[in-house]
Amino acid sequence: MPIDKETARRVAHLARIEVADADLAALAAELSGILGFMEQLAEADIDGVEPMTSVTPQGPHHRPDVVTDGDMADRILSGAPDAREGFFAVPKVVE
Amino acid sequence: MTDLPGLTIAAARTALRKGDFTATELADACLAAAEAAAPLNACSVLTADIARSQAAAAAGRIAAGDAPDLCGIPLGIKDLFCTKGVPSQAASNILAGFKPEYESTVTARLFEAGAVMIGKLNMDEFAMGSSSTTSAYGPVISPWRRAGPGDEATPDLQQMSSPPVIRAGVTDTFRQKSQWWPRSDVPLTPGGSSGGSAAAVAADLCLAAIGTDTGGSIRQPAAFTGITGLKPTYGRVSRLGIIAFASSLDQAGPMTKDVRDCAIMLKAMSGHDHGDATCANIPVPDFEAALTGDIRGTKIGIPGEYRLDGMPAEIEVLWQRGIDMLRDAGARIVDISLPHSRYALPAYYVIAPAEASSNLARYDGVRYGHRAALQPGEGIHDMYARTRAEGFGKEVQRRVMLGTYVLSAGFYDAYYNRARKVRTLIRQDFERAYAGGIDAILTPTTPSAAFGLGEIDDRDPVRMYLNDILTVPVNMAGLPAMSVPAGLNEQGLPLGLQLIGRPWEEAALLNIGYALERAAGFSAKPGKWWQKSAGDAKSGAG
Repeated sequence: MPIDKETARRVAHLARIEVADADLAALAAELSGILGFMEQLAEADIDGVEPMTSVTPQGPHHRPDVVTDGDMADRILSGAPDAREGFFAVPKVVE
Repeated sequence: MTDLPGLTIAAARTALRKGDFTATELADACLAAAEAAAPLNACSVLTADIARSQAAAAAGRIAAGDAPDLCGIPLGIKDLFCTKGVPSQAASNILAGFKPEYESTVTARLFEAGAVMIGKLNMDEFAMGSSSTTSAYGPVISPWRRAGPGDEATPDLQQMSSPPVIRAGVTDTFRQKSQWWPRSDVPLTPGGSSGGSAAAVAADLCLAAIGTDTGGSIRQPAAFTGITGLKPTYGRVSRLGIIAFASSLDQAGPMTKDVRDCAIMLKAMSGHDHGDATCANIPVPDFEAALTGDIRGTKIGIPGEYRLDGMPAEIEVLWQRGIDMLRDAGARIVDISLPHSRYALPAYYVIAPAEASSNLARYDGVRYGHRAALQPGEGIHDMYARTRAEGFGKEVQRRVMLGTYVLSAGFYDAYYNRARKVRTLIRQDFERAYAGGIDAILTPTTPSAAFGLGEIDDRDPVRMYLNDILTVPVNMAGLPAMSVPAGLNEQGLPLGLQLIGRPWEEAALLNIGYALERAAGFSAKPGKWWQKSAGDAKSGAG
């Protein structure tokens, strides 16, 4: 099903990617083209077929129930664009 | 002096233990080759200091008689692997400046085995692409060039040793041991997404490299550059510390100069890891010990569905040559059917973007990498959306949005769930073939030889996606598969054959690959045209 400009706007919003108004039409056309290619899937007979959920099925792995890492806040924060007093810092969220 | 960076791992292993040269000399030779190869843009960063200190440590271990297979062996590492303290960006601007605080399991294992990292290797952004052109570092250029008119002022020559030449309907070999061909200077892609890894190995910048394969990203570039590449069974190699693209499809593997090196690398990379719940807790065999070259009685399946409409004649001829070579080596050739193959690519382009849209949700400008600047009055939601618009390239944005769409309310069943059911059917096709006694499946790796940069229009993504049509079903089914270089086309470009194995049977797969390698006798190397700028125009040898 072809994607229109409004759907493209909604998808961009859901994906949290800023797309300029002027670019929405081209984006809609590109996504429509790819989805058109996927329409072939409608021909496959999937009646009674279970979705694949595990690639190489195996049981859960067990290990001793002990703490194996932690206490590394500084290392975790070291790559942040903005970190203060042991926290990630972001623009004000609540007014 | 021997061309040290041109050695295989196996040859260097012997020479290092004998003391023919030191690990430091080997590392320095690779670093020099990599520095001189800037026009290929294969390396995102060279890690000379780390390489030299690892080489010195390896030299000590070798002197002490404690030398594992990879001790002192210089490797290139795809930028998708997190390496502690070294830029690891997945070739994306959104991870600009990111230096991981930890080491991926695979690189940690390689380093424990004494391997030497010469640098990080360029790739498609987040491994999304088939040409290594979507990189924030700019495209990787293949060391290979087509036969054809070159630049008149500086004739571009390439030396060929006597590889089999694949022609439409005719199989020929060079009469002479070596021959000079004029080369076109049209830049070609090394394939992708592990294009930097493929270019670095083919151009002898390192002895081997590691790549990752989500839909063909090890095998297709290996085929395009005349090297050997293996995607292991899903779960053979830990994914911990590999920047995630599509978690149910991603698998790391070796890219090497021959099949033996692939076996050596795979053993060092494999094994259980508590940090990856999908990594299997099963023994790792000695893959190298399995290389006998004896494949008598092996049953090789030939899937009719892989004979594509419009496939170039040179690919058909290559495939037939591969069939003949395995038959001559004593294998039984059996026609098989994998009836759902045609749905693999469209199903892949639902599932991979869906998983990518979830995995890449973490890049929001908060925890690492790029953060967009805000205007007065803008808030955190503006920050998320602008950070991702600025940080992600066009193809990554396209796939994230596509994945978001197929997972969104109202479309989840029509696209995502349907694709997962089709995936079950694709896996069942392979299971039926293997239950029927097939040991491995032989196909071409790619539907064509390498193409020129820009020859596939960026506005026609589906055409680019078609590159993966012969490799994607393997990832959908979680199987091991490898590409073995098998000949050159009429333009002098490498072509690869793909062998698909049974789950967890990489040892048998490698042995069949070894037999194919010996029969094909591929030994061509690209001429080192990129060294011209360093005043070394005539080094065409390989």
